[in-house]
Amino acid sequence: MTTTLDPETTAVHTPRAFEPHHRTPGQAIAHVLRRIPTWITIAFLLLVTLYPLFWMVINSLKTNADFLSNPSYAFPEEWHWDNYVIAWETGNLATTISNSLIVTIPSLILIVLLGTAAGYALEILVFKGRAMVLLIFLAGIMIPGQMIVLPLFNAFFKLGINNSYLPMILIYTAAGLPLTVFMMATYFRAIPREIFEAATIDGASMTRSFFAIGFPMMRNAVITVAIVQFFLIWNDLLIALIFGGKRSLNTIQVGLLNFSGEYGAINYGPLFAAICITTFGILILYLFLNQRIMKGLAAGAVKG
Amino acid sequence: MKSVLGDRKAITLLLTPALLVYTLIILVPVFWSFGLTFFTGSVLTGFEFTGLKNFQRLLGDPYVWDAFWFTVKYAILMTLLQVVIGYGLALLYQFVLRRSSVLVRTLVFFPVVLPTVAIAILYQKLFQSAPSDGLVNELLVNVGLQSVDWLGAGTTAFVVIVIMDVWRSVGFYGVLIFSGLLDIPDDIIESARIDGAKSFKLFRHIILPMSLPILFASFIFSINGTIKVFDSVFALTGGGPGNSTTPLTLYMYRTAFQYSDFGYGSTIALLLTIMCLVVTLLIFRSSRRDNTV
Repeated sequence: MTTTLDPETTAVHTPRAFEPHHRTPGQAIAHVLRRIPTWITIAFLLLVTLYPLFWMVINSLKTNADFLSNPSYAFPEEWHWDNYVIAWETGNLATTISNSLIVTIPSLILIVLLGTAAGYALEILVFKGRAMVLLIFLAGIMIPGQMIVLPLFNAFFKLGINNSYLPMILIYTAAGLPLTVFMMATYFRAIPREIFEAATIDGASMTRSFFAIGFPMMRNAVITVAIVQFFLIWNDLLIALIFGGKRSLNTIQVGLLNFSGEYGAINYGPLFAAICITTFGILILYLFLNQRIMKGLAAGAVKG
Repeated sequence: MKSVLGDRKAITLLLTPALLVYTLIILVPVFWSFGLTFFTGSVLTGFEFTGLKNFQRLLGDPYVWDAFWFTVKYAILMTLLQVVIGYGLALLYQFVLRRSSVLVRTLVFFPVVLPTVAIAILYQKLFQSAPSDGLVNELLVNVGLQSVDWLGAGTTAFVVIVIMDVWRSVGFYGVLIFSGLLDIPDDIIESARIDGAKSFKLFRHIILPMSLPILFASFIFSINGTIKVFDSVFALTGGGPGNSTTPLTLYMYRTAFQYSDFGYGSTIALLLTIMCLVVTLLIFRSSRRDNTV
């Protein structure tokens, strides 16, 4: 190494690690050189993550001719914002987005209410067989959706509700319960039972103490659970394909898939615009809640 | 005090709704689906009892074994990649970037929350070869290579599926494992460093052993998801070309909803469920051994 050493350090043969501020030019260069692999790694990571998204945006503004004849990484010849209007109208995005909301919001409310109540009952209250019930709920995490859809399709068909939002809401609620009950039970475990007992001395029943104390206490946990379930439901494809196959019931995922197969196969700009729209919706949510979302999803995985 | 916590009315009121929904929508259908394996037909055509015919068919069906091997291949490769790359990211966040890792973490995590269908369409275009080259082929051509019909052959389509699923999931595993690395006490690492442990030794003898619990947890989470892969394959390749990228989940979906055979569909679903069960039991056994040692 051609590091310039000052006479003092050369004399005692020890680098002065305890004085990091007083670097010789050589040490400074070595320090920068050592950081280079890190910077390359980070640049590579960000490029790989973000460039495809950027690429998607620039192509959403091109005409077909522009997309087919010029390199795809080039900027649009003209910026065709009307692709977004076409995507919104031809892709039925208003309908599919509202369908997704109609299905997701009631499911989330039901999951949170039922799951928190059950978590409380299983962790705070004392009765025979509660460990067994918790285990039965846990088993649900393992069961693939394929194992339940066919009987449900039969049953909902016989009940005559196959052409409504009800099957999706019911299935999403039930499928979300195992993880939610388990997570809530874990969160309640951290709270001393005495708090709930104390409330009953004032004449409240355990049910009242759940609504008055237990549920409000779990505000953060509820948000975590809701975030985990929101992404699971919003991005689901299997249940949405089977029970939302009818055009008027298409969720955003199914709608996007149909749009890509029919109209989008030959109209590139609007297709890119449609996937941009669905991506930006989530991006806005992510801008405000990213730390919560990251922590929430990680907690959901560890607890599961 | 026992009597207050054993409040029967509260237990019934709070537990029953969840238990009822869960039982009716998940538990009963599981057993009902098992019953369907002895029938053929669908809700529209009516069911006919066929005994064990579906199981005979399953054993002799080459498509089932293709789908089975595809599922196994995908699940093993994907789980390995997710945990290994995720661990790499976590180490980068925790030991190289340290406090300045928030921005990188947040950006790399972003694809995780995006809708799978949107990503799949984006990847179809990135790897497109006709009518014009997508970004990947343009890059290949620019460095002097041939453009590839990525989604036109089974092997290359599998590569695209893997690349896409790695892209959209490693940010998650990075954060998941990173949250586990935070539990390693700083003073242990500091004292090892003072004792003269060099980076690799430090990693091999201190960091790696201490991150095994979180690696194991992410492994469980990963395999539980990858074995059920459906969305990304369905949206990206639709199982094709031919059947070359069809996992069991997708083969079951096709059998039931394109060929209207709910009985045989249930039989394939049962095979899938047994696979999940076996993996879960293996995990439980190995985790129990970990605890007793």
